[in-house]
Amino acid sequence: MSETLDQIFVLLKHWLVGLAPAAWQPLLSPLVSIAAIILAFASLFALTTIMERKGLGRIQNRLGPNRVGPFGLLQPVADGLKTLTKEDIVPRAADRAVHFLAPLTLVVPSLLVYAVLPVGRNMVLVDFDAAVLFFFAIGAATELAIFMAGWSSRNKYSLLGAMRAIAQMISYEIPLILSAVTVIMAAGSLSTVEIVQKQSGYAGWIPNWYVLTPWGFAGFLLFMTAAAAESNRSPFDLPEGESEIIAGYYIEYSGFKFALFFLGEYLGLFAISGLGITLFLGGWHAPLPFLEFVPSWAWFFAKLLAIIAVFIWIRGTLPRLRMDQLMNFAWKFMLPMALINILAAGIWLRMSPGMARWVVCSLIVVGPYVMLGRGLAQGRNLEKRRYRFAE
Amino acid sequence: MSFSFSLIAAVTAAAAVAAVGMRNLVHCVLALTLAFAGLAAAYLQLGAQFVGFVQILVYVGAVAILIVFAILLTRGSESANTPMLSKGWISGVLIAVLVLGVLIYALASSSALPRGIPPAPDIAVRQVGDALMRRFVLPLEIVGLLLTAALIGGVIIAMQEPKKPAASPEQGRAQRGPTDPTTHSHP
Amino acid sequence: MSPLPGYLVLSSFLFAIGLAGALIRRNAILVLVGIELMLNAANLNFIAFWRFSEHPEALTGILFVIFSIAVAAAEAAVGLALVISIYRHYKTTNLDQVNRLQG
Repeated sequence: MSETLDQIFVLLKHWLVGLAPAAWQPLLSPLVSIAAIILAFASLFALTTIMERKGLGRIQNRLGPNRVGPFGLLQPVADGLKTLTKEDIVPRAADRAVHFLAPLTLVVPSLLVYAVLPVGRNMVLVDFDAAVLFFFAIGAATELAIFMAGWSSRNKYSLLGAMRAIAQMISYEIPLILSAVTVIMAAGSLSTVEIVQKQSGYAGWIPNWYVLTPWGFAGFLLFMTAAAAESNRSPFDLPEGESEIIAGYYIEYSGFKFALFFLGEYLGLFAISGLGITLFLGGWHAPLPFLEFVPSWAWFFAKLLAIIAVFIWIRGTLPRLRMDQLMNFAWKFMLPMALINILAAGIWLRMSPGMARWVVCSLIVVGPYVMLGRGLAQGRNLEKRRYRFAE
Repeated sequence: MSFSFSLIAAVTAAAAVAAVGMRNLVHCVLALTLAFAGLAAAYLQLGAQFVGFVQILVYVGAVAILIVFAILLTRGSESANTPMLSKGWISGVLIAVLVLGVLIYALASSSALPRGIPPAPDIAVRQVGDALMRRFVLPLEIVGLLLTAALIGGVIIAMQEPKKPAASPEQGRAQRGPTDPTTHSHP
Repeated sequence: MSPLPGYLVLSSFLFAIGLAGALIRRNAILVLVGIELMLNAANLNFIAFWRFSEHPEALTGILFVIFSIAVAAAEAAVGLALVISIYRHYKTTNLDQVNRLQG
């Protein structure tokens, strides 16, 4: 029974494809999978927008949307209808072709990367050798889309936002990739399916996830921090800082194109969180042995929702960084930590299993962490701020 | 010649022509990015998966962005009425056509062409990594050194010059005066 | 008949276009763009010859291209830093005006 439930989407797809004539089946099979992926993650997008607004409302001591449907749950539908029926305004000075292409170049790569995410047992669109490399390569293409949006609008705020976004994404891409390298070293493969495979099984009660090693834990934190920066989430949301540059690179977008930017941003967030789950949190594996009866895809989406909830929580809690703080954090803290983490992972893989390698690797990770943190804090006034005039 | 190759070749060639021929520098770079992506598609079609994705990661993700930054920092995208071709452009075109002719002639008379198609090689990324770490480890180290040198060199060259010496940017602008077309955009 | 000539013709064309761009454009950044195109044309040749060679498992073509991409990235970084430095000095990136040896 649990077997069938686990594979229910795979079986459903086979049944659906089996209805078509045999000649069409090779073409139809990927199409059905693509449709399923787009449908699942687009509805997750709708769900996340309402979760985010409700959650932020909770944190800020207000109600959040509660008018449309029960508990305001149909709010995304209303939002979608609104953006679809709004007028699409293109500034007169804008570069029309580039202005039109920018949202598309953002959304298409964001959708492409889902091809390599295993969302459940036997549930991955393509399984090939260089999957993680593919993910990062395609993800890098979104930077260009942001530049296109910011530059083509001919608006100084959008250009500022785009330059901020690109500088931020380039800086945080390096720690992002370097922290993923540790997992690739441990798994010995760039294929996402194989990385998930390597994390199966349990040592006693504890799953063999990479996050439960010293380097994996540090790598996971580095990865998710860089992921937040990469998808322009708060506290790294300088590119769209509403209070200083209005909305960044998509000020001059309205109607459906604006919705596409919004969609692209959230799809990117889901994708990179999904990659974090695949690399560090054991993909679709259950956290405890006796929970294995729950279908694998349910675990994947449960982990994804948990990570999204943490992102919402962080957004409601932390203030926005300043540009110099952002850059200092990337180059003086994240990058050295990621490099040291690779060293720790290498030593971990060389040493024989046992207590010794836990101690050694933990020291290698924690020591530089403390030292780097102190070094960065030095010469900076980090005590409670004293107000000269308001006292 | 398959349809997919013809498509990739046409897109890449057109994008390359646009990259060197368009007036607006930013459009040039966007076309160049398309050419890079087309080349990556050609690599993938040839079975070089790793190189294809590295091409996208490095060229589309880094080099194109770098060029865009350079354009915006040098305010090159606003040169509307300066001539875009250099003085000796006719000789440049002649040289390029000549080189193309020589290359095509050499291709047509080459002995390598009539070979059959060997079976598609199945190269895992693991093999590439293995080769990098064993047979080609010395070049890898040298490339690492080169990249470090380039990083430091790039920072030092582009670093702000000290303000004190006579040739500081501010003074240079003041000497040229407000009539100079390249100076009036700095607030 | 293998599709090798197609790739070689494409590569020659890209090389010629890059050369023309490097020779005829005034802007220093577009000269660099032309040079990048020429490097890419050479890379395409390497990959094509690797694919249609007798011993693709030797991987020489692939590794040469990987090193070439790394060198091209370094070249782009230093070249663009030079362009920015020149711009700061001469207030132009027009190569026809950057013709004095002494500052």
